[in-house]
Amino acid sequence: MTTQAISVPRPEAGSGDGPRGRGFGSVLRAEWIKFRSVRGWVIGMILAALLTIFLGAFAAANANIGCQINGGPPKSGKACLPYIPHGPGGEIVTDSFYFVRQPLTGTGTITAEVTSLTGEHANLSSGPAQVGSSMVPGLAEWAKAGIIIKQSTHQGSAYAAMMVTGSHGVRMQHNFTGDTAGMPGAISAAHPRWLRLTRSGDTITGYDSANGTHWTQVDTVQLTGLPSTVQAGMFATSPGYTVTQNSFGGTSNNGGPAQATGVFDHVSLAGRAPGSTWTGTAIGGGGPAEGGPGPGGGGSVPFTRNGGSYTLTGSGDIAPVTPGPNSPLPTVTIGQSLAGAFLGLIAIVVVAAMFFSTEYRRGLIRTTLAATPRRGAVLAAKAVVIGAVALVTGLVAAVISIGVGVPKEENSGQVLLTAPLLTEVRVIVGTAAMLAVAAVFAVALGAILRRSAAAITIAVVTVVMPFLLTALNVVPAGVGDWLLRLTPAAALAIEQSIPRYSQVTAVTSPVRGYYPLSPYAGFAVLCLWAAAALALALVMLRRRDA
Amino acid sequence: MQATIEVSGLRKRFGPTLALDGMSFTVQPGQVTGFVGPNGAGKSTTMRVILGLDAADEGKATVGGTSYASLRQPMRVIGSLLDAGALQPSRSARNHLLWLAHSQGLDAKRVDEVIEQAGLQGVARRRAGGYSLGMRQRLGIAAAMLGNPAAIMLDEPFNGMDPEGIVWMRGFLRSLAAGGRVVLVSSHLMSELQDTADHLVVVGRGKVIADTTVASLLAAASGDRVTLRTSARPQAKAVLENAGATVVASGQDVLTISGLAAERVVALLSALAVPFSEVSAHRATLEQAYMELTKQAVEFRPAGFDADAAQEVPQ
Repeated sequence: MTTQAISVPRPEAGSGDGPRGRGFGSVLRAEWIKFRSVRGWVIGMILAALLTIFLGAFAAANANIGCQINGGPPKSGKACLPYIPHGPGGEIVTDSFYFVRQPLTGTGTITAEVTSLTGEHANLSSGPAQVGSSMVPGLAEWAKAGIIIKQSTHQGSAYAAMMVTGSHGVRMQHNFTGDTAGMPGAISAAHPRWLRLTRSGDTITGYDSANGTHWTQVDTVQLTGLPSTVQAGMFATSPGYTVTQNSFGGTSNNGGPAQATGVFDHVSLAGRAPGSTWTGTAIGGGGPAEGGPGPGGGGSVPFTRNGGSYTLTGSGDIAPVTPGPNSPLPTVTIGQSLAGAFLGLIAIVVVAAMFFSTEYRRGLIRTTLAATPRRGAVLAAKAVVIGAVALVTGLVAAVISIGVGVPKEENSGQVLLTAPLLTEVRVIVGTAAMLAVAAVFAVALGAILRRSAAAITIAVVTVVMPFLLTALNVVPAGVGDWLLRLTPAAALAIEQSIPRYSQVTAVTSPVRGYYPLSPYAGFAVLCLWAAAALALALVMLRRRDA
Repeated sequence: MQATIEVSGLRKRFGPTLALDGMSFTVQPGQVTGFVGPNGAGKSTTMRVILGLDAADEGKATVGGTSYASLRQPMRVIGSLLDAGALQPSRSARNHLLWLAHSQGLDAKRVDEVIEQAGLQGVARRRAGGYSLGMRQRLGIAAAMLGNPAAIMLDEPFNGMDPEGIVWMRGFLRSLAAGGRVVLVSSHLMSELQDTADHLVVVGRGKVIADTTVASLLAAASGDRVTLRTSARPQAKAVLENAGATVVASGQDVLTISGLAAERVVALLSALAVPFSEVSAHRATLEQAYMELTKQAVEFRPAGFDADAAQEVPQ
């Protein structure tokens, strides 16, 4: 190095106050240059995006569905899908039941006494149901039989129904998602349930009674656009039977077919067309379950009449489709296309933690704080920069993941459980926001702990591990649920795109896209952690010597 | 503007160690002020307190009358270099200067100016992690000069520099002072500051031992020590002691006299016809003056090393 001729200008008459109003902006710019000028950090963020995209795409490519219908040529992917009904609300639904009906025009009332609800399901005592395995007596919790007024016999058409259920008492349900509780308790010959539906225009009101004399209104609902002539009658159906086994180190779910049989008495339909009679129809193939030999097997008669008494057997469900072992369709959610986000999360928290902690390793923090004595501004600028970088990374990764993953999943024969547009936007933006807030949490940890290894470890353990432990069934479901409520990992709930329906037995595990907290509550948990870490970081940064 | 550095009554304790024990001094513009003292005397701690990085338990430090922490763009008032190694290794020198410049509302043009001043044009886009210590010192100087500040404060800037770099640094410091700046430079070696500093703040054990110009420190330390070579040692000793001097026999035929100037020694001996062959007056070096001052204040002293004992170690 050569010795330079030295020419030093006289100091400016500056005050050190500088131009007003650009104080934080200049700190922000400085921190942005710091970030982009370390290649490893930029690569780390690109890696986060790639991990997110590739895991989503890989998971999609892995699913392969094949089928062979009625001895025809083997098919795979989309060709295997049956007709998929959509409910009046646009959601994908199951609409399969045994229906004994008559047309009803204009105003009318249907009343029936349900004296018995029994059922059978596949024998699950020795593991998952096999084709042809025997049926054993038992009721699925949401097995149902009752009376229904339905727009038409088309799957997915509007309806309102009063019913008794396997273990949830009397319910009034409508249009697949609506569910109101009536009288509680199981029914028997000694404790029958009287059910009534009255129709007036678009309005349908449900009542229940223990004796057919004293009636209680359960609910009244509007079925918009109901035609003058509708179908009214009795129905029976049962979703698959599910057994969940919790054990230390894991949770397993087994499902198998089930059917329900309802016995009806004192059936009356006021307002029916003259001369019409009861007709039995298996809506959506909702006749008796094809389980195998036995009293309720493939040979059962779906509908018998004995004087004034009717006996109906059906299987299927009248409910929204949710993911799970008993789902009638292979389903995916858009949140599942973002499953890779938790891998991206690892890369992001590592970079974010180092963004602050490496300054301590080399003593660079002194240069930083000598340049900007307002320590809070330094912390804020670092949080904003890393948060913004993670947000953009997350948005790009989420949009590409869904853009690539969803068509792949659909081509492989899976059914995307669609969500309203606003929900999909929330899942995508929320995933990016989760990455951003997790990055802020990690950068604050870096400031508190001042050591990269410690900051990264704590960030990964609190943000990423709880999901992995739960998803891989390392901890029992109950413990996993609490982990996903209390730790920063709760924010993964923002990826839940499907509502939780209480009237469906769903396996609500994170792998299926269900989280114990609601999306925004889960996200708020992470925000609280980040805010607490930032506050602690600020106090320590101000108190400690640099 | 004036950016006089004022330190008054700083006290700071790190656990059981009293790092600063009433440190007070003022650094004036237009001269190079050396901040010297043995390792552990509190120089770096004082500098960190001036920059608002460490909080003092008592006392205060100001730059141009205000505390550093209240400056919005402090590098436009005082530039500093505490540790040349404080760099993100994978960031280029230019990017290092660029983020610093932006934090002070300065632009890339100013960055290129200081890169040129520090002689780093050819290497500015390389990773700072690959820099030699000397190059890091130059990068640190470039950073300190970014805001064209009225004051500059450097902690041990000569460390790791090759002789050429030391010459460059001296010239640089002198030109800063000539430009009317406040210049404070610390060192634990007085020799580094000889011919560079005008004023000295000598510290030991957390407080100021001497706050003086280089000239008066030299004068005080050199005193009037005279070495005399004479064949009539007892006679000369009696004469000089009579005249009020302190005389010590420091060798065969050699006396060391303090308390009398060389001219007086020659006059006295000549008048009484005491024979002598050589009279020499001693000027102490800055280093000696400093050693003398800090003898009491050295924090860590090596245990006595006994050369004879070392030889007894069995082979």
